[in-house]
Amino acid sequence: MASQAARKMDSGFAAWLRRDLLLAYRRSGEVASPVIFFIMVSTLIPLGLTPEAAQLEKVAAGMIWVMALLATLLSMDGLFTSDYQDGSLEQMLITPQLLPLPLLGKITAHWLTTGLPLTLVSPLLGLMLSLPSVGYLPLVCSLALGTVCLSLVGAVGAALTVSLRKGGLLLSLLVMPFYMPVIIFGTATVSYAVDGLNWLPPLAILGAMFAASVALCPLAAAGALRVTASN
Amino acid sequence: MSWLSDKFSSTLSGGPSKESPSWQWFYRLGSPRWFYQRSGQWLPWLSLVALLVLATGLVWGLAFAPEDAKQGNSFRIIYIHVPAAFLAQSGYFIMAIAGAIGLIWKMKMSYMVMKAAAPIGAVLTFIALFTGAVWGKPTWGAYWVWDARITSMLILLFLYAGVMALQYAYHSVDAASRASAILALVGTVNIPIINKSVDWWYTLHQPATIKLTSAPSMHMDMFMPLLVMIVGFYLFYAVALILHTRNEILRRERKTSWVRELVTAKAGG
Repeated sequence: MASQAARKMDSGFAAWLRRDLLLAYRRSGEVASPVIFFIMVSTLIPLGLTPEAAQLEKVAAGMIWVMALLATLLSMDGLFTSDYQDGSLEQMLITPQLLPLPLLGKITAHWLTTGLPLTLVSPLLGLMLSLPSVGYLPLVCSLALGTVCLSLVGAVGAALTVSLRKGGLLLSLLVMPFYMPVIIFGTATVSYAVDGLNWLPPLAILGAMFAASVALCPLAAAGALRVTASN
Repeated sequence: MSWLSDKFSSTLSGGPSKESPSWQWFYRLGSPRWFYQRSGQWLPWLSLVALLVLATGLVWGLAFAPEDAKQGNSFRIIYIHVPAAFLAQSGYFIMAIAGAIGLIWKMKMSYMVMKAAAPIGAVLTFIALFTGAVWGKPTWGAYWVWDARITSMLILLFLYAGVMALQYAYHSVDAASRASAILALVGTVNIPIINKSVDWWYTLHQPATIKLTSAPSMHMDMFMPLLVMIVGFYLFYAVALILHTRNEILRRERKTSWVRELVTAKAGG
């Protein structure tokens, strides 16, 4: 009886989180590609702009943020695609639990496999792009908070385009405008620190964005999936 | 009686007879046929008023309003720029509200209004950006400046583009309407950021000149024609929205008998 009650209490969050992490572990090659993309594109910047440290220093924070955004965007397309194709998305839609909670589990798994690795790799890229060392901690903090927002907002876009054959490009088009405030305050956090200002205010705004998107995005994604997955 | 039943079957399951009379207009508004017929009656008058107000505002603003002390005659583009920017932003709200009504009350009529509002809003946003660029050259010395308000208008243009792209991506009319309604609602989150952006990233652009709570910082002789132009743009927007919606009604209802009758009557006459 106790186990039955516990199963009733389970919102589906933990189950979907565990499932997606397990799937990611079994396809670790796929999971690594956003991080590899992140590192490879950073090689293009000295080649395309300039190898001079003084020049790179100015653009480092913004560039790392742009690359993190693009890497997240590339990985966003796959969030629901395989579930939609093998039918497990429909199973999720007909479960008695509230839909936003299993979705939040999926999004958390997505962040743990893309946003978190990107955040952890970012100081290395900061070093390569000669970001001043005071910028490392703000960079990691802002990416940790900001990439969660990117995953959450991206999930709404992924839900809106899941049943479209060429959804990937459209997804970027839909989601990019919503990423712009995140990148503004993400880079502001780092550049404030580099300029010797208090970098907590922009980080706090990122935190507010995180709070708002964690509350609203799963609801919007659930509403979107109910529309799109039935088509 | 048959037209009555197909008229209301498309909107809500309950007919108008069950509801109190004060709500009937709301249900009637949900009927594409009723809207098409009624808007056909309003349209000539509304277009006439819009034309008159726009002509008055333009002549007043371009010919009679005093020259600006610093900018000379180049400031007169404000009479296009500001109303377009106004409508670009309110147009997004109109689109999102129409989408929300569609999602909540399942009115297909409001989805048609939403679809019609997207391209109009996008064009107005483009006009605001374009006139801003033309104005920027003599004032700031550059066509494009990465200023907070310009950037948020550009983001608004992207938001419109997203709604339109999603609308055309789906073959099913129902999925297209509901998906883009959700996107439009999510996009409204961006509008407060646009309005706050003036305070956040104040750079080159002057702060908002028109405030509802305090007296305008413009001279009254310059401000009055601007007000007329804003009203004129709202009227023009209403005309354009009704025309686009009527088009959409005919396209979506092309298989119903009343549209066929309308088309054959037009072809015969």
